[in-house]
Amino acid sequence: MSATKPRTLFDKIWDAHVVETLPDGTALLYIDRHLVHEVTSPQAFEGLRMAKRQVRRLDGTMAVVDHNIATDASRFTGIADPESRVQVETLEKNVAEFNVPYIPLADARQGIVHVIGPEQGLSLPGMTIVCGDSHTSTHGAMGALAFGIGTSEVEHVLATQTLLQKRAKNMRVTVEGTLPVGCTAKDIILAIIGKIGTAGGNGHVIEYAGSTIRALDMAGRFSICNMSIEAGARAGMIAPDETTFEYVKGRPFAPQGEYFDRAVEWWKTLPSDEGAVFDKEVFLDAAEIVPMVSWGTSPEDVLPITAAVPDPEAAADEARRTQLRRMVEYMGLTPGQKLSDLKVDVVFIGSCTNSRIEDIRAAAAIARGRKVAEGVRAMVVPGSGLVKHQAEQEGLDAIFKEAGFEWREAGCSMCLGMNPDKLKPGQRCASTSNRNFEGRQGPGGRTHLCSPAMAAAAAITGHLTDVREIG
Amino acid sequence: MDAFTKLTGIAAPLPMANVDTDKIIPARFLKTIARTGLGKSLFANLRYKEDGSENPDFVLNQEPYRHAEILIAHENFGCGSSREHAPWALLDFGIRCVIAPDFADIFHNNSFKNGILPVRLPRAVCDQLMEDAKLGANARLTVDLERQVVVRPNGEEIPFEIDPLRRYLLLNGLDDIGQTLQQVTAIDGFEAKQRAAQPWLYR
Repeated sequence: MSATKPRTLFDKIWDAHVVETLPDGTALLYIDRHLVHEVTSPQAFEGLRMAKRQVRRLDGTMAVVDHNIATDASRFTGIADPESRVQVETLEKNVAEFNVPYIPLADARQGIVHVIGPEQGLSLPGMTIVCGDSHTSTHGAMGALAFGIGTSEVEHVLATQTLLQKRAKNMRVTVEGTLPVGCTAKDIILAIIGKIGTAGGNGHVIEYAGSTIRALDMAGRFSICNMSIEAGARAGMIAPDETTFEYVKGRPFAPQGEYFDRAVEWWKTLPSDEGAVFDKEVFLDAAEIVPMVSWGTSPEDVLPITAAVPDPEAAADEARRTQLRRMVEYMGLTPGQKLSDLKVDVVFIGSCTNSRIEDIRAAAAIARGRKVAEGVRAMVVPGSGLVKHQAEQEGLDAIFKEAGFEWREAGCSMCLGMNPDKLKPGQRCASTSNRNFEGRQGPGGRTHLCSPAMAAAAAITGHLTDVREIG
Repeated sequence: MDAFTKLTGIAAPLPMANVDTDKIIPARFLKTIARTGLGKSLFANLRYKEDGSENPDFVLNQEPYRHAEILIAHENFGCGSSREHAPWALLDFGIRCVIAPDFADIFHNNSFKNGILPVRLPRAVCDQLMEDAKLGANARLTVDLERQVVVRPNGEEIPFEIDPLRRYLLLNGLDDIGQTLQQVTAIDGFEAKQRAAQPWLYR
């Protein structure tokens, strides 16, 4: 590639990490950071052991437990579920055997892998970052190329610090203007997925750009990049800028002193060049965004909170009608019913999408001086031990407890139904997580995705609520 | 990994779009440390009722589809999580090939790495193959990776495209870690250069 051709942020990071290009165009891509958790790694370590292979870059690898663990006090006395316990113990055995750096459950830094990567400075601009989890796209908010991989690829990275990859296409989503009151980064990404669909980003890496994106704090940027995979894109990215550098500065694993200044110099060269070509472009006007909520069982099935449940019979083709009928039935809805009339049983504030201190503050601002509605179970699950500590320093835990929310320990919690935090069949949940698939939060559970403020509002009123009416 | 050359078998029609990985294998079954044994949990939420008994309406609970080796679905198959448990569950059930108009990227990758062939064919062709599949045991499909064709029960051959490197690895059942480790000198060289330019990435 000639040096003069304008390149995108993705192109630049990609080019800087190509070890070799195979004759068919597949690249052997170098991986700077590999994050490992208990669910997708046991079979990878087993593979290494069987082939008598070592971990190539211990200093490029970090392991943590998050998916399986309880988020109440029971976690301090051992994991009750035998299968979960075996999975966590297997990770502990593997990190000990292979000398992999590890943040154990008892460590104050423990938390969701996609929260602690950036928080510890493990994820930096310009890096290639992978993890055996599709929400690795989160780290792209740092101005990194970050994507989820399967277990075979986890093993491949452990053994070689590289991956065989085909270059993705470039897609840019530009959001311009001032975000209306009551709207957050979560509403932006839900609106984007609603617009382009769950396969809209397949084969692409999405760069989010425009004045609305640039104005977001890091927490908002993480929420947006996090859900890129829900639009089908393996990675989402945001150009690193002063907001990013300020966030990185001083973090434990970040470059310090002179190294930091040198790093910033390089990071400043990363944003897409003027005139760089994108294979696909999408534009959104921030002024048109309203607080969003998902109504169906795919993240593309989102609507403004002011809307009503759609009528499946109004869909254009029979395949879509069948799909929508199934969704309406599974979700226990009636076409034409106002979304704001839907009563909730559970409210979940947490997950790698929305569990950072800024998210917790947004929820606390709604909860302050109010009470959780009768019969609603509301839980707040910080993304890491450090987020929890910070929130407690600010007195946010007291606000939540006073209002009747559960204040819990860090972990993936009710995002994915593989730890004790699960929905019961038929329960309806306002959730700040990322997927509303059938059974995602527990078999038969009904998920409505929304922002932390919207979730907190639903907890207070007992039904899906337009946060703008709460104020 | 088992090589994939040519497969003739029963195809199960699953006329659904956006079949996500939570449908293929719900998260509660991911608490395993093995690659095998997940076949019984494949499509668990669709395949079993709440009391654990089989849902007779689901295609894989019907004859002859209990013995399906090929699955035919609609758009965006395998969207959602990166869990490799999805191809492991398909494989453990006995499915070696999924035919759909398109696939989510991570699932597509994961399939190849486990000896499952994902075949992309236009929606209209998938619908036609689904009609063939509905004819049951007498209507076996053949998927020939060597010749890159799907053969319908009436003998009609439908060509499909596939990445040449992936085809080669699959035909030979090759593990790509071994391949990559042959490039170790190039990896060493990359690291030496990167370490000089960005020493903070190394501790």
